[in-house]
Amino acid sequence: MVKNGLNEPNENKILVKKLSLFYKDFQALKNVDLDIKANKITALIGPSGCGKSTFLRTLNRMNDLIEGVKVEGTILLEGENIYEPEVDVVNLRKRIGMVFQRPNPFPMSVYDNVAYGPRIHGLKNKRQLDEIIEKSLHLAALWDEVNARLFKSALGLSGGQQQRLCIARLLAVEPEVLLMDEPSSALDPISTLKIEELIQILKKNYTIVIVTHNMQQAARVSDVTAFFLNGELIEYGSTEEIFTRPKDQRTEDYISGRFG
Amino acid sequence: MKPRSSFDKALIEIQEDIFQLANLVEQAIFNAVQSLIKLDPAGAAQVIMCDEEIDELYAKIESKCIKLIATQQPMARDLRMVVTGIKILLSLERIGDHAVDIAQATMCIRESELNRKCSEYLTKMSRIVQQMIKDGLGAYRKRDAQKAQEMCTLDDEVDHIFTKIFQLLIDNILADPKSIVQSSYLLYVSRYLERIADHATDIGEAVIYLITGERKKLN
Repeated sequence: MVKNGLNEPNENKILVKKLSLFYKDFQALKNVDLDIKANKITALIGPSGCGKSTFLRTLNRMNDLIEGVKVEGTILLEGENIYEPEVDVVNLRKRIGMVFQRPNPFPMSVYDNVAYGPRIHGLKNKRQLDEIIEKSLHLAALWDEVNARLFKSALGLSGGQQQRLCIARLLAVEPEVLLMDEPSSALDPISTLKIEELIQILKKNYTIVIVTHNMQQAARVSDVTAFFLNGELIEYGSTEEIFTRPKDQRTEDYISGRFG
Repeated sequence: MKPRSSFDKALIEIQEDIFQLANLVEQAIFNAVQSLIKLDPAGAAQVIMCDEEIDELYAKIESKCIKLIATQQPMARDLRMVVTGIKILLSLERIGDHAVDIAQATMCIRESELNRKCSEYLTKMSRIVQQMIKDGLGAYRKRDAQKAQEMCTLDDEVDHIFTKIFQLLIDNILADPKSIVQSSYLLYVSRYLERIADHATDIGEAVIYLITGERKKLN
């Protein structure tokens, strides 16, 4: 049983119950129970291979793309199991979007990058698209830096700008949950801090789950921290508690750098 | 090589420095009160001079703690170790300052004799506060939350003696107005000792925080 140090009665956005995941014979996640609170930032931490990224990818069924993956248990997004066969995965990934480790802008203009999602969801009206692009870039704190070069290639932006563009691209389809897989690990410290500031601003309107190897980043940005080890969720609680007085010795050893 | 072994070494070093500071501070209280009881201004002057050593050691240990926070970003128990170290340091430094306050009061007393009853009370008070510091640091060394808590109960005894001294000195002043100068200084001294006990209690609270991660108010 995972010790949960959270006392706040925040509304749960996602309820994960007895989640196990197998890559063929290898069990990467073992009976994980975790509640993801709405409008909070949940950080997933743990050593390489502990299952945190695998867990993140189960939340919008990205693991479905990998051959031989078997998922057991349930993930309820606002009460509905996202692993039911009738679930429209494209729509699910619109509601739960993901930002990856390395910025991956499409080789097209800044404008077209952000317009990509709304367009494939059928939006053609130019005025509406313009509004969405401006709003998304504002939300991603990028508008001021790119408004003069909206129609130039996105590949000319800096790494940090590209990552914020990817966030803007995600926001353009109005998701509810943002999954971030080490979103600043390829960025310099200033770009990293900009992303962290942005995450703080975004949590007012979105539920955010972030995987990070950077312990200080987890401590700085998140409200809730979950520690994974060998596919198990070891401890889950308020970030302040996890980083000042963790209950489990394994959490203590990991976050204080005495692991292994 | 074990991860963080140089960090662990630095933490142990800080702890040993704190014990050294505690010894100096304990000695300063003993010497300050002894100088007062014997009305020995030279001894009191020595206490004042020794405070420089306490302040220097305090600054040195504090710098080590700040460096560890800046360079090692301690977390969990390590973070509590460094924070507790700083808290204990601060309490010890303040206790050292009160030893100086007592020494300064001693240098202001011109009479050749001290009120005997008050002298007995102050000696007792001094013994208890020294014991509190010793026990607090012992609990710190052994990571013994129960001992830290028990030590803090001695604060009530100190408060009780302080009340008695206060009453005694007021009675003295009323009976013999000429005693007002000495009585006032002795009142100050008893107040300093009472404050020292409060700082010792803070050390106990810091030790409990280190061990349990919980904040407990003990005075």
